[in-house]
Amino acid sequence: MNIVVVIKQTFDTEAKIVLKDGQIDPSGVSLVINPYDEFAIEEALRIQKKFGGEVTVVSCGGPRSQEAIRTALAMGCDKGVQIDETALESVDEYVRAEVLAKAISEMPYDIILGGRIAVDDRSSQVAVRLAEALNIPSVSSVVKLDIENNIATATREIDGGTEIIEVPLPAMITAQKGLNEPRYPTMPGIMKARKKELKVINPADLGVSDLSAKMKVQNYSLPTPRQGGKKIEGEPAEAARELARLLREEAKVL
Amino acid sequence: MNFALTEEQQMVQDMARNFAEKEIAPYVEEDEENHYYRREILTKMGELGLLGWSIPEEYGGNGMGWMEGVIALYEIAKVHTSWRLSISGNCWGPAMTINEYGTPEQKEKYIPGLVSGEYVGSFAITEANSGSDVASMKMTAEDKGDHFVLNGSKMWISGGHTSDVGLVYAVTNPGAGAKGISCFIVDYNNTPGIERIPIHTKFGMWPAPTSELVFENAIIPKENLLGPLNGGFKICMWMLNNTRMGCATGAAALSAACLEGAVQYANERTQFGQPIGKFQMIQQQIAEMKLEDEAAKYLVYKAAWLKDNKLPSQQATSMAKLYACNAAVHAANLAMKIYGSYGYSTEYPCARWLRDAKQFETLEGTSNIHTMIVAGIELGYQPDR
Repeated sequence: MNIVVVIKQTFDTEAKIVLKDGQIDPSGVSLVINPYDEFAIEEALRIQKKFGGEVTVVSCGGPRSQEAIRTALAMGCDKGVQIDETALESVDEYVRAEVLAKAISEMPYDIILGGRIAVDDRSSQVAVRLAEALNIPSVSSVVKLDIENNIATATREIDGGTEIIEVPLPAMITAQKGLNEPRYPTMPGIMKARKKELKVINPADLGVSDLSAKMKVQNYSLPTPRQGGKKIEGEPAEAARELARLLREEAKVL
Repeated sequence: MNFALTEEQQMVQDMARNFAEKEIAPYVEEDEENHYYRREILTKMGELGLLGWSIPEEYGGNGMGWMEGVIALYEIAKVHTSWRLSISGNCWGPAMTINEYGTPEQKEKYIPGLVSGEYVGSFAITEANSGSDVASMKMTAEDKGDHFVLNGSKMWISGGHTSDVGLVYAVTNPGAGAKGISCFIVDYNNTPGIERIPIHTKFGMWPAPTSELVFENAIIPKENLLGPLNGGFKICMWMLNNTRMGCATGAAALSAACLEGAVQYANERTQFGQPIGKFQMIQQQIAEMKLEDEAAKYLVYKAAWLKDNKLPSQQATSMAKLYACNAAVHAANLAMKIYGSYGYSTEYPCARWLRDAKQFETLEGTSNIHTMIVAGIELGYQPDR
């Protein structure tokens, strides 16, 4: 079974976000594989163990995204593909999905896995757009996945319960927390990763007809810092009255 | 000259940090309180290749060397100092020494299990009346033709009662001093006549087992002699020059843990209307910790680099161990001061840091011994090796 995993490199979840000239400043920030994509990698390796085949990890990103691809290779994926975003004028979910679809359509695949959401922009769009572009079914937020006779049975979380969906392969599956426990790259795995193939693709060479972003970010802003608490002085009864007044008139929660 | 980590080293660091945070950090307080050795952590380390540094791949080595080993151990020891013994106890101690001095049969029989974490390793040199003066050891190994009989006792042996396979040094030529000591590979699970007594009175390093080992007519097969008969002293010194890296790395990592904790606390704790980090005297303490921490780390890296390049490293190893241990004790002391009353409370990690820091002044060569080595080599009284 040929398995493709689409991953994104994101900020470490504990990284401090700094805005510089209105843009998010990535300098000095440690980057990681998007945690939900790690579930996808782990699932891919488990499917491979069961059915054989090759796991190819594909990422759309700048030069540093190669670190994320190498880590996936160290975890056990066989081949890596980086679609070099630096060659693009502007990038959005549409552009990413289009270039990914084009690149993946040229490789053999029976199943595509990805994270259900990227922890940075939280758009949850690329995977489903990719499925649409490839004209294959997709199931999102999967917590359990079984494959038999070319049919994937995916359990997904829905409001207040779970839903079980059967789809024929090839299909796109996005991983939710709980699907599995991602492995650590082993030391020999890290050594082997260096020797594995990591192909860099220039998106311009893919022959996508329209590479212009459909969405433009107007503005980034940081959450307003938390204000200090307010202490209400005075007698208890009087203070309680004042609290009720403030909750109603200032906080507007009553 | 390049101070950046390679891509692989970066991955090793990330992986080890991640591993320590997920697999070790959740148990630190519980295991401290119960003096509990969580064996499965070593098993997991072995499975992930964290015990196979500078070991040939045919025996299960991970294909990486000293630099990667210290980078990994640093992250592990930073989370819990007791686990700084893991790599020394299995890899840099017994596995590496067997790889250097062992026969092909010995290598094949013992190294893979030490590297995979199937065995807990150890090495036993110290005795109740023989510490820095290694050649004064009293344990004897009598040659009985096809086997040796060991009698005597070893003291303060790290991992002693949990160990499956370890190296034991004993006198094979009484009266010959350093020229009368030999090294043996001991299979603790299959050797009658060894009583292993856990020591529970340690000041720190509570989850790391320490023991007294009493050998009473313990029979060691002839083929378990490691290296030449009466050649054990040289093997012992060679081994210590490696295992001391576990101390140096663990101490440097501890100083980093203290510094990180102190910085966080100084930024959060407010007195006189501002974070205490704004006060010059706290800044003085933070600056001292940072300087010593940085210097300790790079001394460790330098010693590892020399070892990877097969260059003389004894002086560099002693400098790293001596300096890092001073840095750790100093940092633990300052961290406790910066944390104020909370520092003195066992609810905070300062007491553990201070307890664990003090070991480094004694273990694997006291600070006095390392001072002598550094000076002796510098003055030309002994070669660097």
